[in-house]
Amino acid sequence: MTSKSGPSSTSADTAELLGQVHRQHWGRLIALLVVKTRRIDLVEDALGEAFARAARGWPGDGAPANPAGWLYTTAYRHLVGRLRSEAVAGRTAARLAARPDAAHGSGDVAEALPDERLQLILLCCHPALGAESRAPLALRLVIGTATHEIARLFLVPRDTMAARITRAKQRIVAAGIPLSRPVADELAARLDEVCRTIYLAFTAGYTPGSGTELLRPDLAGEAVELAVVLQQVVPDAPQVTALLALLQFQHARRDARMTDGRLVTLADQDRTLWRHDEIASASRHLFSLSPTTGYAESLRRQALIAAEHGRAATASATDWAAISAHYAALAALTGSPVVRLNQAVAVAEVEGPQAALALLDGLDELLPTSHRLPAVRADLLRRLGQLDAAAACYDLAIERCDNDVERAFLVERRP
Amino acid sequence: MKYFVLLAGYGELPLWDDMSPEEQAAGMEQHYAFSRACKARDGVSIESGEALAESSGATTLRTRAGQMTITEGRFAEAAEHIGGFYLIEAPDLDTVIDLCRVLPAYDIEIRPVIDVG
Repeated sequence: MTSKSGPSSTSADTAELLGQVHRQHWGRLIALLVVKTRRIDLVEDALGEAFARAARGWPGDGAPANPAGWLYTTAYRHLVGRLRSEAVAGRTAARLAARPDAAHGSGDVAEALPDERLQLILLCCHPALGAESRAPLALRLVIGTATHEIARLFLVPRDTMAARITRAKQRIVAAGIPLSRPVADELAARLDEVCRTIYLAFTAGYTPGSGTELLRPDLAGEAVELAVVLQQVVPDAPQVTALLALLQFQHARRDARMTDGRLVTLADQDRTLWRHDEIASASRHLFSLSPTTGYAESLRRQALIAAEHGRAATASATDWAAISAHYAALAALTGSPVVRLNQAVAVAEVEGPQAALALLDGLDELLPTSHRLPAVRADLLRRLGQLDAAAACYDLAIERCDNDVERAFLVERRP
Repeated sequence: MKYFVLLAGYGELPLWDDMSPEEQAAGMEQHYAFSRACKARDGVSIESGEALAESSGATTLRTRAGQMTITEGRFAEAAEHIGGFYLIEAPDLDTVIDLCRVLPAYDIEIRPVIDVG
């Protein structure tokens, strides 16, 4: 297991190698350790300890031929030691519930490193865990995102986030939430939940924050990474592939979304700053999908809309008729008032502001506190030349908007 | 693990006493089905289960500063519609949730039981 790769490596080599192993294998190692020991409360510490030993030992001894396997074995032995001392002390620690099908053979798993990440992802995103814990737990355990970064993503203090993650682990054990591999129907429903969780984490990165950080696109990237992993472990789940496509399309625009600390709207973005390789990757995922139903179809339609924006060379080249049709389908599918609001924006580009205004009828009751509804209506009225009515709608939107940057934008537009 | 399954409300169902005899029979049949489903499942057994009398029959005891007071009625507002409970041995939460799908559509609280022994 610890066969050496040759002459001694330097600390810098080791740090680089460990960084690489962390990025590539953290989630697999955690998943495997959780499956093998069922001690979700201990695995992170044990793997951290293994990384620390590697950082100390490898520069002198040389790195092993199979670094991930070495880290797994070291962490596993460390855990076994902990479990043994607990047993000697007569303490019975609560273990994670595991169904018989989740039990593992006793072979040398370190060599093969079977991929148990799906079980880990499903565990982290279990519906019996509070929604505010699921994404943090998944980012921490599956991707290895640092706790202070997860805190930065969700705009809470580091200690608050650390406590939230610890509490979630304790709750998993206390409530008896199992490691399991659900079968077809149940898996589909659970994957919907996982997709919602990842999408939520992604959008958190694009929620305007306070202070020096308006957006946190680097951390939204961690959510994309989670979607990439999920797509690797369940490549045939349509909601997962659609989610990945959608996130890739949106994330590809990250460098164009802000200049000089201000948000740049889609129409005004410098499209040469878009990551066109990522848009191409998103397109490949999207066009591998057939029309489907439910949440998967909702994600697919949203990805199709993002694809239309992504392939338009200029804002004026946007195929608004196609986008409008996708929104109509999405509105019929979800019945969501927010979707209808977006649909109205697209309809305004195709059929004009008057037709768009008609679509907004009845939305006030459904979106009573939205600032976007009066803002969209204000823009449509402005385009129709009804400046007094537009000004009144802008005032309402400004009053309701609690984000400084967006409010400044609205104040600027008010006639 | 052992789970306390509190049938904690009637949700969208009418109250038991407001149901027709046919509806009550159908509800009972769902409890029998639950019992059969538990028996058929590996590692699952019903340790006990009871239906509770309506909350007008409840008596609440509270001890403050060493003094016990006895009051008529239920413990808390939310406890109004507690209709019964099961105590179930099951391997994990997902198993219990799955089995509860067989029961009438009550609002249900599931709580692990701590082994104090």
